[in-house]
Amino acid sequence: MTDLFGALHGVNPALFLILGGVLALALPWALARKAVMIAAPLLGLAAWFATREPGVYGVIELGPMTLETFRYDGLSRIWALVFLLAAFLNGIYALHERSRISDGSALIYAGAAVGAVFAGDFLTLFVYWELTALFSAPLIFAAGTPASQRAGLRYLAIQVLSGVLLLGGAAVWASQTGSWTFDAIGTDSPAGLVLLIAFGIKAAFPLLHMWMQDAYPKATGVGAVVLSAFTTKLAVYALARGFAGTEILITIGAIMAVFPILFVIVENDLRRTLAYALNNQLGFMVVGVGVGTPLGLNAAAANAFVGVFYMALMFMAMGAVMHRTGTAKVSELGGLFRSMPITGVLSIVGALALVGAPLFSGFVTKTLVLSAVSYHGDMLVYAVLVFAAAGVMELSALKVPFFAFFGKDRGYKVKEAPLNMLLAMGLAAFLCIYLGAHWQALYGLLPFAMDYQPYTADNVIGQVQILLAGAFAFALMVWLNLFPLRGDRTILDADWLYRRVGDGVVRWGGAMGVLLAGASERGLGVVIGRWTRRLFNLFSPAGSLSRIFPSGLMAIWTGVLLAAVVLVAYFSPL
Amino acid sequence: MEPQFLPAAIAAHAPALLVMIPLILSAPAAMITSGRAAWVMALLGVGAALVLAAEIFLATRAEGAVLSYAMGGWEPPFGIEFRIDALNAALLLLLGSTGFLALLFAGPSVADEISRQKQSLFYSAFLICFAGLAGVASTGDAFNLFVFLEISSIATYAIIAMGWSNDRQALTASFNYLVMGTIGATFFVIGAGFIYMSTGTLNMADMGRAIAEMNGNRAVEVGFAFILVGIGLKAALFPLHQWLPNAYAYAPNFVTTFLATTATKIAFYVIIRFRYDVFSIQTGFVTNAMLWVITPLAIAGMLVASTQALFQNNVRRLFAYSSVAQVGYMMLGLGMATSLGLSAGMLHLTNHAMMKGALFMALGAFALSYGIRRIADFKGLGQVMPMTSAAFTIGALSLVGVPFTVGFISKFYLIQAALDAGWWWAVAAILISSVIAVFYVYRILVAIWVTPPNEARKASPKRVPLAIAVPLAILAGANLVFGVWAEPIVDMARAAADAAIAAGVNP
Repeated sequence: MTDLFGALHGVNPALFLILGGVLALALPWALARKAVMIAAPLLGLAAWFATREPGVYGVIELGPMTLETFRYDGLSRIWALVFLLAAFLNGIYALHERSRISDGSALIYAGAAVGAVFAGDFLTLFVYWELTALFSAPLIFAAGTPASQRAGLRYLAIQVLSGVLLLGGAAVWASQTGSWTFDAIGTDSPAGLVLLIAFGIKAAFPLLHMWMQDAYPKATGVGAVVLSAFTTKLAVYALARGFAGTEILITIGAIMAVFPILFVIVENDLRRTLAYALNNQLGFMVVGVGVGTPLGLNAAAANAFVGVFYMALMFMAMGAVMHRTGTAKVSELGGLFRSMPITGVLSIVGALALVGAPLFSGFVTKTLVLSAVSYHGDMLVYAVLVFAAAGVMELSALKVPFFAFFGKDRGYKVKEAPLNMLLAMGLAAFLCIYLGAHWQALYGLLPFAMDYQPYTADNVIGQVQILLAGAFAFALMVWLNLFPLRGDRTILDADWLYRRVGDGVVRWGGAMGVLLAGASERGLGVVIGRWTRRLFNLFSPAGSLSRIFPSGLMAIWTGVLLAAVVLVAYFSPL
Repeated sequence: MEPQFLPAAIAAHAPALLVMIPLILSAPAAMITSGRAAWVMALLGVGAALVLAAEIFLATRAEGAVLSYAMGGWEPPFGIEFRIDALNAALLLLLGSTGFLALLFAGPSVADEISRQKQSLFYSAFLICFAGLAGVASTGDAFNLFVFLEISSIATYAIIAMGWSNDRQALTASFNYLVMGTIGATFFVIGAGFIYMSTGTLNMADMGRAIAEMNGNRAVEVGFAFILVGIGLKAALFPLHQWLPNAYAYAPNFVTTFLATTATKIAFYVIIRFRYDVFSIQTGFVTNAMLWVITPLAIAGMLVASTQALFQNNVRRLFAYSSVAQVGYMMLGLGMATSLGLSAGMLHLTNHAMMKGALFMALGAFALSYGIRRIADFKGLGQVMPMTSAAFTIGALSLVGVPFTVGFISKFYLIQAALDAGWWWAVAAILISSVIAVFYVYRILVAIWVTPPNEARKASPKRVPLAIAVPLAILAGANLVFGVWAEPIVDMARAAADAAIAAGVNP
């Protein structure tokens, strides 16, 4: 055993996942694939545990560049661990699914996320960054509906744009500083801003977030679970690495935590509700990064760590419900507790962890953020976060189990979720409780050593007050019938709203990307908007720029160019 | 010349044989009637050229090595000289290898597209074209260069026009190219005339020395302008590219593959040769013309042609526009006037040949199986022709510049060169053009892989013959292999750039 660990020391865990993913893509036998899906994360975990000392491994010399492919330090190890655990849970959860493409993609996607976390330089980061984009899209496509096809394309366009911005920003950064090393960046230089936007797209910053609500609910049941774990958390890691202590992030994070409140209430699709809840969660992490003190970064890391599990648990529960009933809509669900009691109980565990009830994992991490902010002395943000915790977080957490498993009985007579799903959910639920009770284990993993006691009287009382306020608000809203019960009444489609609001170059680029992807996908027949039509008139095969020019006109061009060169030559110094 | 792996007697005459073997073989190829025999003959000719090119390439690998071959024993500067250094040796190797691979693919493709009686004539014309291009790339004599340019061009017009049996537009495309190409060649010969008038020599190295001693001469400047524009037209420099989209779109598939990988590249080489070695790089008018005329046009070409590609629905036209945009990348590298920029341009030249070779060859395979060329007809091809589609996808990803493909390598070096020169806006243009490329490539890839096939497509296709599968696999593989193991091509490009700069007269 020690030999094995010795051999694995310094081996990048991402390699196991990616190789396993490639293998899974190639294997035609479902059984063998499933074995790979379980074994690869386990091997990755073994490699993670085998690598004891922090350090830079896997250095590749590529001409003038040095690629650091495995930077194992306090910040990267915790993120990698949670990604590996999530990949393992996904492997179990997806055991019943028979899809070669999504099996392999999910593994490569997870591996790319691990690799990105361990990347010590921008080039490696870029490669993995784009791999996460490329191999997460099939999970959306796999749903097989026309809506998911389009959403997947939009998703991919935005994610690839993020990668392009990353590469562009990194190139500028490297030429200014002379180093490709990925470390603290800051927003002082234009390159830093470009990189912040690149990370911000993946972290679903407000106005850059719409890809998430667009794509996640349209993925397969399994796909949404996988998607919820990696992309956004990876972005939080990148922010923590590059932009720790950047003040603007506190504001951005606070907005992220609060703005989904309206959508959480009116949204009919429970998985989209969860996507908004994820926004809110990310807000807390971004605030932690923005505070930037060791406590703040610890808070971001801890939130990301436990967040992966309870969000995955919630998405898993919804996936199980979808697997049995075929829907995840408030207006069509209700009273499932009688048919699926175990799933129901587990989703309640997830919800309790999500809201941060004492003894659950959310509690020991949420209090960290609140403490970090209050030590930082920003009372307004503190108040906003408290409101967000009571409002957004709790509404979403209570809404999902309430409307799926209780509420109005829609008369579903279905079986309990499949065993493998229950097992995966059970493991996730166990972690939610275990980390809440044994918080020392979690705190020991955090990047910075700290002496923090979550279970103090004021923390517990404060959190319970928040919980009660949220529960009261929820009860009031149910009583007032504010939640959608009769069907899709989502009036404000986030996509539409944000595309119209769009400002700033990236917003414009994103929207243009969506337009172009739409146009690409539907062929030339559909031309969206005046702008595209103008471009089309100019460039299309029948357009003015592409007409077959008479030779005479081309000859004139030749003459014009000749004149230009002669003129330039004439006025040049000898 | 030190013999490398060929017998000394052959190695000593390798530069001449490289041009003469295809040229001479074209005569018997025209006389026999069997298309298949003509194909074998063409394969022999181009294969021999490839071996000779490899020999020459190895011989010029040493730093500063220059092969000078006096044609017929008439010593330069009065006789015709073939002068080969690392720059044109790389070009010759590229010409030989992509020409050979394309020619393998020609067997089934030409048999399918060109009528039986015309096939042997077609191969004969192709051999002439190949010999002409090889001659342009090896000669050290300006007038001789013009002659070879015309030899290759006239043969090119003929083989493009052979696409008429698929689409009559091939005839107008060829005619258009004929008119434009003639203007280009005429411009070149006028320019050469101006320089001959002022220097009294036609040998390019000699011209360079004479111009350097002259210290400013308006006639030389005018000559430079004519040559730059004339060859720029041949290289499809925006906005002189108008002949290219239709020529590529309507020529036989094999011709498009061959031209896209070689013809514009050779013209690009001529620009490098004249700019660095005949005219000194330090001369103000050369640098300014590059900076104020060529660079803006390169950028405009990258952006406009990419956008045009985005809206095409004929796939070959789409990639033709993309080729124009890629010429912009190469010209941009050249415009930087640094050794880094030049080697990035050379690198992109090689890499572009690999990716466009794979792409057009895969299109040829699709056309052979289904006779299709519109994006709309590509639906579901991934399911019925997975291997060909995979090769196509590799080429397409490489075109976009996805990491681990050669496209990434060349864009990476180009961006580095631009940053080194302090050209931020050029980096922005490269990135924007790449993003546009993502979209136009994406349209096709989605049609191939995501959209389900039509009912009609379910019928099993004609199998892709080995003569297509093998070269296609080699080209697609090269895109990946050199995308990871980039050293050989990067070194080659660097050596070529160094040779170009070193050959110039530096006061």
